[in-house]
This record gives sequence, C-alpha cells and structure tokens, in this order.
Amino acid sequence: MRRKILSLLFFAMAFVICLPVLMTVLGAFMSDYELNRNLSPVLAGGNHMAHWQLLPLYPTLSHYLDMLLCSPEYLMVFWNSAKIVCCILAGQLLVGVPAAWAFAGYRSKGSRRLFRLYVVLMLMPFQVTMLSSYLVLDGLQVLNTHASVILPAVFSTFPVFLIYRSFCTIPQGMLEAARIDGAGELRIFLHIGLPLGSTGVLSAMVLGFLEYWSMIEQPMAFLKDPALMPLSLYLPEVRPGQIGNAFAAAVIALVPAALVFMIGQDYLEQGIIAAAMKE
Amino acid sequence: MRNKKNVTKPNRRGIRAGWLFLVPSLAGEIIFVLLPFLDVVKRSFTTAVTGQFSGFFNYKLVFQNEAFRLAAGNTLRFTAVCLPLLIIGSLLLAVMLSRQKYVRLLKSCFLFPMAVPAAAVALVWKMLFARAGLLSSALLSLGMQPVDWMNTGMAFWVLVVSYLWKNTGYTIILWLAGIMSIPDTLLEAARADGAGEWKCFTKIMLPNLKPMLYTITVLSFLNSFKVFREAYLVAGGYPDGSMYLLQHLFNNWFTNMEFDKMAAAAVVIAGILYLAVTLLQKLWEQEEAA
Repeated sequence: MRRKILSLLFFAMAFVICLPVLMTVLGAFMSDYELNRNLSPVLAGGNHMAHWQLLPLYPTLSHYLDMLLCSPEYLMVFWNSAKIVCCILAGQLLVGVPAAWAFAGYRSKGSRRLFRLYVVLMLMPFQVTMLSSYLVLDGLQVLNTHASVILPAVFSTFPVFLIYRSFCTIPQGMLEAARIDGAGELRIFLHIGLPLGSTGVLSAMVLGFLEYWSMIEQPMAFLKDPALMPLSLYLPEVRPGQIGNAFAAAVIALVPAALVFMIGQDYLEQGIIAAAMKE
Repeated sequence: MRNKKNVTKPNRRGIRAGWLFLVPSLAGEIIFVLLPFLDVVKRSFTTAVTGQFSGFFNYKLVFQNEAFRLAAGNTLRFTAVCLPLLIIGSLLLAVMLSRQKYVRLLKSCFLFPMAVPAAAVALVWKMLFARAGLLSSALLSLGMQPVDWMNTGMAFWVLVVSYLWKNTGYTIILWLAGIMSIPDTLLEAARADGAGEWKCFTKIMLPNLKPMLYTITVLSFLNSFKVFREAYLVAGGYPDGSMYLLQHLFNNWFTNMEFDKMAAAAVVIAGILYLAVTLLQKLWEQEEAA
C-alpha cells in the first residue's frame, strides 16, 4: 500500500515536471482566439487573470503550418542552428576523439599534466572565457560569422574528458597484442580504439547536441546579424492575437532535442555517469 | 611512460604517434584558450584605453563596483540555496526511486527538462510567472494575493525553481548510479540483521555514496551557471535586482565594452573556481585515504 502511494506520488511529480512542455505542445494547437482569451491579461495587462485549460477546445494546425511554410526567416534560423550544431559536433569528433585517445593510450608525465589542465579548462564557465574568446575571434576576424560560435566550441575539453573515460576501459593488453602483430598506431586507433570506445563518443555527441542546440551565451556575444542567429535565441515577437505562432516556434525548437533525447537516452545517461564516476 | 600501472609500453614511434593524436586539440587550446587568457590577465593589469600598466586598479574597480557586489552576492546566495536543495533532494528521490517498479519511465520524465531548450519553455515561464499569470491566478482562486513574480524578490525563487526543474533528473541519474553500485548483499545482510530502512540508509548507503558527492557538487555547481539561459530569455538583460547574477553582469559589461573590468573579474572568478575545485579535491582525497 505504502509502495503504491509512493508510486502515485512519483507519477504526479513526473507529470508536474513535464507539464510546462506539455502546455507548450498543446498550446501550439490552440487557435489564436482561444489563446488570446486565456492569456491576454499576461500580454495586455488589465484586471483580469490569465487562465488555461490543458486541452485545446478548437485544435488547429495553422500555427505549425504558418511557421514551417510561411515564415522563411524562421526556417533560416532553424537551419542556422542545425548548421552550427553539426559543425561543432563534427569538429569535436575530428579534434577531440584523437586527443582523448592520446591521453588514454599514451600516458606519460607530461600528458598527465596536460590532462589536468584540460579538466581545469572544462570546469571554467563561459563567462570566464568570454573575453579571451572575443579577443581571439576578433583577431581572426571571424566575429559575426558562424565560425565565431563554432570554433571555440570545437575545442571544448568536455568531450575529450568524456571520451577519454571510455577509452580507458579498453584493456592495454589488446593494444599490445595488436602492436606485436605489427599494426600501426593509426590502425590501432581506427580498428580497436574507435569501435571499443564508441559508447563514450556517442555519449559525448548526445550531450553535445543538447548543449549546443540550446546555447545562448555564445551566439548572443559573438553574433550581431539577426540572419545568423540560432533557434535557441529566436523568440518571435509575441503580440496579442498572434500568440499561437510563438508556441509553434517553441515546439519546433524542442522537437530535434526531444528526438535526440529519446533515441540517445541510454548514451546520455552513460555520459552523465561517466563524467562523474571516479576512474 | 613512467606509469607503473601501464604494463605495456608503446615504442618510441608509438609515443610520437601519441603526441600526433594530441596536436590538433592542443594547438586549438593554445590558440583559442590559453594565449588569449594570458592576454586577459595582462589586460587586467593595464588601463583599457591606453594600455598602460595600472597595477591592481582594475581589481579595485571591480570590487568597489555596486553591480559586481550585487551580482556576486546573488550568485553566492543562489549557489548556497540551490546546491544543498538539489543534492539532498535528488538523493532522497533517487533512494526512493531505486525501489520503484517504473524506474526507467520515471527517470526519463525527470531527465527530460535537461533536453528542453530554454527557448522552448521561456513562453510558458512568462505565462506562469507574470503578475496576472497562471500562478497568480491559482493563488487568487485559493483566496491569496497575486504575486508579481518576476519584478519582486520572488524572481530569485523563480530562478531556483527553474534550476531545480532542469537539474534534478541529472543529479538523480548520478545518485542512482551510485546506489546501484552498492552490492545488494550488503543491504540484504543488514536487513537480515534487523536493520531498519533508516539505518540501512545512514549506515550503508550514505558512506558508500560519499565518493560521489565531490563530483556531483562540482557538476551541479557548473550547471548552475547555465540557469542564465532561462533567466535571460524570460527577464532580459536587466532583470529584478534579486536575480541579477554574475552572468548578467558579464554580459552587460561585454555589451558596453568595459573590458578592463571584465578582465579583472574573469581572472578573479577563474582563480576562485580553481581554488575551490582543488580544495574540494584535496578534501575528497584525504577522505579516501582515511
């Protein structure tokens, strides 16, 4: 009995936690008339209070169609986000995976010191590196281009750390055996390291996707041109009478992240755990 | 290659290959992070316009700055409130969850907010926390006074809730992993000896989970900086004074090109973070050795 009540409490809590998202998704199906009636006190003021019913009375798809088919500037922003995230993740793969391999497979005193440095860098929040990033991006003359958001993120040390953890689980004897058989170092990396460390790589990619899909600080600091902005910074103007499109925009921003979350949840969890567990 | 644990040693060609794997990343760190940070350190000791050496003038400027004091105070208060709430709350939830039937499903629900971009919930946040919004409306129907959440001291608590909403699942996952790694036999033996649930929790689980505490604290602290995302999208660059964080301040300094102050403050914060993490780690290692 006690167990059942606890169970029920947990489901109630899970419902409350997911409620804001549920409200956004269902809100996007409400007609503007309905949304306006519910929310006009929030937008226009007055003495009334806002209210809300979970299910739309007159569901409509028009907001989604509006955003997806009739708002070229919104689609552009969507593709900006997609481009930025893909470039960052590809860059992290190219740069970070070999680095993690170097730290895990070729330990020396020097490399261990360097690794400590990487961990310290990983712990620094964006605000600490903001000015230094700005200085170097200014020097490279890439400010106000997508490169200004992509380049610093490519050299984030967090994926290196995460992937290093999974490379460390590969038995050294296996690498030694391959060496004795005459395999080159690159071959060992490509044919033993990568397949056996793929969990860490995928975890880093899932965590990376969620992180960069919703990044705000970097584009806000380094991009000026509205046409270059990513989705995460795009908040459509909410005018009374046109709230529905804002809801639809929010849902569209959510969908890729939700998909990655659902498909990659196992890797996500493993990544979270791997980052925290002691060696 | 002086690592004793390492039985196998790549030959000299191998070692060179190891460094080659590292070169692209290392070059990137040097160009994008290390050298510019040295530049920032240098700037923190010089005047912004003429570049003359000015000693600790910028640091004095920062510490005397009203906005910095407010922001640093708020950030400290935010951390001091959020970390214990998050860490203890999610530990209790994780312990109870670990014996639930639907762990997987519940875990997914708790973790989901982590995937939700701030832009996707900013709208609902505004609806909920406006003066005439849904929460006030609910209060009114309960016979209480409506609250202007975002423009009073309550804004701070909105931020706290927003942080907890986003990070509880993450921390639960970590605690659960810790709980799962405790051998079942240990708990069963204790129960067989007649230990109650509470005793099992305090005498077996807590000591076994202690090693996790360090990393969970560090990670939760780092994630606390990201609360800026929701804060910014909901309340903009100059929110209510109670939720004006260091992140807002840096952002505003950046917009106003006040680089001298930014440089000094960045050095200070980097220093404090480095010290805090090293100290925590020392404590942790002592604990391990004891």
